[in-house]
Amino acid sequence: MMAKGAPPSDDGVVLRVAGLRKSYGDSEVVRGLDFSIRRGECFGLLGPNGAGKTTTLRCCLGLIDPDGGSIELVGLPVPQAARAARVRVGVVPQMDNLDPDFTVTENLVVYGRYFGIPYATLRARIPKLLEFAGLSSKGDVGIRTLSGGMKRRLTLARALVNDPELLILDEPTTGLDPQARHLIWNGLRQLLSQGKTILLTTHFMDEAERLATRLAVIDHGVMIASDTPQALIRAHVEPEVIEVFGDEALAWADAHGRALATRLETAGETAFCYATDPKPLLAALADAPGLRYLHRPANLEDLFIKLTGRELRD
Amino acid sequence: MIAAVYFRPPEFSLRWIHVWRRNLLVWKKLAIASVLGNIADPLLYMLALGYGIGAFVPEVGGMKYIAFIGTGMVCQSAMFTSSFEAMYSAFSRMHMQRTWEAIINAPLSLDDVMFAEWMWAASKAVVSTAAILAVILLLGFGHSWLAVWVLPLGFLIGLTFGAFGLVMNALAPGYDFFTYFFTLVLTPMLLLSGVFFPVAQMPPALAAAAEFLPLKHAIDLARPLLTGTAPAAVALHVAVLFAYACVAYFAALVLTRRRLLK
Repeated sequence: MMAKGAPPSDDGVVLRVAGLRKSYGDSEVVRGLDFSIRRGECFGLLGPNGAGKTTTLRCCLGLIDPDGGSIELVGLPVPQAARAARVRVGVVPQMDNLDPDFTVTENLVVYGRYFGIPYATLRARIPKLLEFAGLSSKGDVGIRTLSGGMKRRLTLARALVNDPELLILDEPTTGLDPQARHLIWNGLRQLLSQGKTILLTTHFMDEAERLATRLAVIDHGVMIASDTPQALIRAHVEPEVIEVFGDEALAWADAHGRALATRLETAGETAFCYATDPKPLLAALADAPGLRYLHRPANLEDLFIKLTGRELRD
Repeated sequence: MIAAVYFRPPEFSLRWIHVWRRNLLVWKKLAIASVLGNIADPLLYMLALGYGIGAFVPEVGGMKYIAFIGTGMVCQSAMFTSSFEAMYSAFSRMHMQRTWEAIINAPLSLDDVMFAEWMWAASKAVVSTAAILAVILLLGFGHSWLAVWVLPLGFLIGLTFGAFGLVMNALAPGYDFFTYFFTLVLTPMLLLSGVFFPVAQMPPALAAAAEFLPLKHAIDLARPLLTGTAPAAVALHVAVLFAYACVAYFAALVLTRRRLLK
């Protein structure tokens, strides 16, 4: 076992996953996944529901045993040394699981004890954690009176109680309103600027685009693309998008859009015209005054839809 | 079919203590209400049946009926308290509040959490045993140092029924499920184990069947202890309770691993 505070691997890799496989019965949920996260990165793991994100995280934490492949977390083999590895990792789960019977401070103290942190150390850390969560005045308040955003921020602060080398966040802003999401993002950016390493799963593309320095798109248990967000968009999607919507949009798309766009997709009453050169499309739209459209640069959502398709995943 | 991996032996670490302390901290906030709840039910039985039926039945097994039923109530209380803790309360922590999930993301394993819950259920059984013991002493029975032995006995009863409760917890889809355990296991156990009347009163077949009930063995220990005599066949009674406790605990561990570690 490594001494507390020892650096992870020499090469700066905080998490290394190689050839990871996991099946449930006849269905193979993770089918040979490889990725690694270096210190200081914010790595985004994207994928539709059921793509294998949560299973991958549970394997990385040593909560379930993989059927194949290897995992090295903060320099330790998982699941063999999972307990020692988890001492140096923080986790923000998908659903809040704060202790409802405790105050804000008690939640941090009790959670810190699970890591074996001495009370004096905890007591010194807590004011900073409360300040980070914007809950300095709420230390003695019960959890039940906190808003959803406050609970999430406290959950994030709780994950930092052991000053982790890697912070794992499973859909950290699902269910939050826009204001609360921005506060969480600010907090995460602050952590990144302090040199923390983050592994983030999300299905909010704006979240991934804002935070992730590198990301991987996984679907059906395999990685289908991995790079920086900008490089992925450049490599897979035409640079500009014109969304045409309204009653006549689909008819217009069939008559004109399809010929002028590099690639055209429809979803409901909207036609997505992907183009390297948008000028002919814009000119054609100028001649169709009844139509509404939005001209914008391609983003991560376009990439995600292109790679994983438009059909609904439940 | 349960996959072989869930049958691995229990993994032990001292970190379970932090989970036990977590439960203690919650309990301390509600301790008075909780202890009153522990006492109220058995106390009502003891007084109502003790004085009500006791008026018709002056002596049972060589003691006043209220003393007879009081010694049964010590065991009954330990049984109900630990069962309740390991079912309703543990289910809240495991399923509703997802407290266990939070804990196993820290450097604790599910085995640590289960062990802590088991110890906690048994600890609460000791608290309720102590509360009933205090009532019995106040009513003027059990004045012998031997009576103190019902506290470790309460712990052992708590281990047995706490483990049963954890089995139910691992299988429960919701709180309603626990009603089966009360109706099909605990109530018959209460009626057949000699809490309200001596086991010898029953037909021979039922009396023989009662020998397999853990509560009967608990009462065989508690009753002499509270009347100031050393119980007979201590090793047998302790062994039966402990065997039930260990087998049920391992079953609970396997079933809970299957439920949560996937």
